[in-house]
Amino acid sequence: MADNSHASAPEHAHGANGEVADGHHHAGFWRTYWFSTDHKVIGIQYGITALLFLLFGFGLMLLMRWQIASPGVEIPLLGALTPELYNQFGAMHGTIMVFMGIVPLAVGAFGNYVVPLQIGAPDMAFPRLNMASYHFFFWGGVVMLGSFLVPGGAAKAGWTSYPPLANIETMGQTFWLVGMVLLITSSLLGAINFLTTIIQLRADGMTFFRMPFFVWAQFITAFLLLLAFPPLEAAGILQLSDRLLDTSFFLPSGLVTADGVLDVAGGGSPLLWQHLFWFLAHPEVYVLILPAMGIVAEVLANNTRKPLWGYRLMVYSLIFLGFMSFIVWAHHMFITGMGTAISAFFQVTTMIISIPSVVILSALVITLYGGSIRFSVPMLFALGFLPMFAIGGLTGLPLGLAPTDIPLHDTYYVIGHFHYVVAPGTILAMFAGIYYWYPKVTGRQMNNTLGHIHFWGSILCMNGIFFPMLIQGMANVSRRLFDGGLAYSFSEPVLHYNSVMSVASFLLLAFQLPFIVNFFMSLKKGKKVEKDNHWDATTLEWSAAPTPPVGHGNFVTVPTVYHAPYEYNMPGSGKEFVAQNDALSAEPLPETVEA
Amino acid sequence: MELQIPYEVTARRDTGVNNAKLGIWLFLASEVMLFGGLFAAYVFLRMGADAWPGMMIPDTTEMALRADQVLSVPLATLNTMILIASSVTMVMSWASLKLNDFKKYKLYMGLTILLAFGFLIVKTFEYGSKFGHHLYPETNMFLAVYFVLTGLHAIHVTGGIIVNAYFWGPGAKMWTRGNERDKAHFTNRIEVAGLYWHFVDLVWIFLFPTIYLL
Repeated sequence: MADNSHASAPEHAHGANGEVADGHHHAGFWRTYWFSTDHKVIGIQYGITALLFLLFGFGLMLLMRWQIASPGVEIPLLGALTPELYNQFGAMHGTIMVFMGIVPLAVGAFGNYVVPLQIGAPDMAFPRLNMASYHFFFWGGVVMLGSFLVPGGAAKAGWTSYPPLANIETMGQTFWLVGMVLLITSSLLGAINFLTTIIQLRADGMTFFRMPFFVWAQFITAFLLLLAFPPLEAAGILQLSDRLLDTSFFLPSGLVTADGVLDVAGGGSPLLWQHLFWFLAHPEVYVLILPAMGIVAEVLANNTRKPLWGYRLMVYSLIFLGFMSFIVWAHHMFITGMGTAISAFFQVTTMIISIPSVVILSALVITLYGGSIRFSVPMLFALGFLPMFAIGGLTGLPLGLAPTDIPLHDTYYVIGHFHYVVAPGTILAMFAGIYYWYPKVTGRQMNNTLGHIHFWGSILCMNGIFFPMLIQGMANVSRRLFDGGLAYSFSEPVLHYNSVMSVASFLLLAFQLPFIVNFFMSLKKGKKVEKDNHWDATTLEWSAAPTPPVGHGNFVTVPTVYHAPYEYNMPGSGKEFVAQNDALSAEPLPETVEA
Repeated sequence: MELQIPYEVTARRDTGVNNAKLGIWLFLASEVMLFGGLFAAYVFLRMGADAWPGMMIPDTTEMALRADQVLSVPLATLNTMILIASSVTMVMSWASLKLNDFKKYKLYMGLTILLAFGFLIVKTFEYGSKFGHHLYPETNMFLAVYFVLTGLHAIHVTGGIIVNAYFWGPGAKMWTRGNERDKAHFTNRIEVAGLYWHFVDLVWIFLFPTIYLL
């Protein structure tokens, strides 16, 4: 074999049921937990940081929902929300959830932890870049949060930072831009690392079409991050120069603000920002959803005890979807007046891109057919993902067509739509992933009862929050109103939903408590896993690596792969499941055939 | 504790590259998107501009000064030649390592770094003369594009200087104190640094005609 130098895995035996043998006897706390180059530690760093950011972003949303349901009523300890503060919370909620919550959790945490294990690699291809990636992310987050403390507060121009408003905003916007540059650097380093790892470090026999679907999802996601983020970085550089060097890339001539005509050279174009921004931000949508689909595919195959239906079809759909996501961005811009010919083009591509998503979702649903389903907690979350993502996807269709988008644009309908994709969609899948891989990471199981409470509570409350938004949006309530629509008489028939949504969102917080308790309690008190392959899974992270892991190095012996990723109940195998590295029921490797 | 990552030095058989080489190509792909975004912005802004060097000034019969009258083409040509020369010396430094001639490597890498500094010095004079004529980024859109794009390129040059200086100085221990594997590893590193350096050169090759001549 070409190069098997990584066979020198850690030598310490992995003790009876998960006594983690510490491989770093001489490494101190900082080196082991903060400046670690082990992809597993970095994955956990990413995971914990991202979960904290998610909680913080959720908190901002709760304050806003309080204000929307009862405008002007004082919030305990904080007092009444000012419009400026409301706008800061709105902009930062979006920024935090997307760039500091979901993406780091989906890619940084799950990708980092699971991908090398699933492809049989000892670590990521560039462990130190991996560490740098986390630190860029962390400091990007610090700059973002720090912006709340600067004069004028955090960015107020929405998570999209549209100029000219963003250009003339207070200092917080500069912090936003600097924070974004750090976050982009982090995701760039991560993307290079994932792509190199997946292309270069697959174990022997792990061909591309033997990779688990989750790895494929991360692979395509990494391409999107690699190629879509730089144009936003370009836009960020131009906006920074507008703010710091007084250029006017995004400022048209003769712009009038509250202080009179702006004294700038002018000649710039606010529309340019929108193009550059959405060139990133549409692929970004797929960055948010693809890893979630990957997790759901893993959990579904494992819990239906069947191979994924149409694995290759799903992979081809992923690739096509990744490609198409680069040419749909202007469907976010139908009302900018860019012309019907261009609108028509982007409508067509948008309708085309819905096909691969539907193919993947359908394949996942068909996988359920005829399976003997185990309703474990991760499976509940994965099942919950399917209809929620379907609602999110279907409500997107009217937004992809210019005639229906024009009345719906900038209403609560848009918010309802993308939250269905990202909150009950992606976040449920993230929880599925946490419940599924928790035993892998810790060697202990999470509590089932608390898991059930968490699932049912979350899915009910999420629908309670987001479904009324669709109704309000169709009644034309704008998404950016400080008073939730109180000032407009046309919103009166749907105004009562505001309290429904706000109550549901506070209940949603309450239903996260069982999760938080479960997460920490199970670390110490959870039932220990009885065997390495806790879920009887076929993929390498369960079948070839010890549970919990034994320090840096992943595999005691480097696995060789003989099988497709999901050989559950295969006719003729005589087994309930055949692990990917199961040499006994192996088909011969392609190489041996040649010999 | 030190973990060996496969294909750090040798190429993987089925992909034909080592990790770092694949990594740098991916990085360059993202850089293409970064500068591609900026060039696209330039086209977009210029198409929508009321006034631009070489265009008729609105409501007059006069033509604005052409770009090559506003900016210094001789200095930019000099800089182009400096950068191309530095790309050549960069290749020579890598080739010297391949030929196991470390002294030549030091010489050529040193020259590469000096040429890069030369580029920045010329750039400083160029910027200085613009400021001297009260031409600033905020003066008009053309100058904004000029300063931001060439400025970002200059930052990339600075990054290259830092990387190359590291490999000329402390990073070269990998060769002087290393075994055969380390030497091969170091040679790969110079190749990878070289790929980046050629890319920086290439960006300038696009920037020069786009901004100074068109």
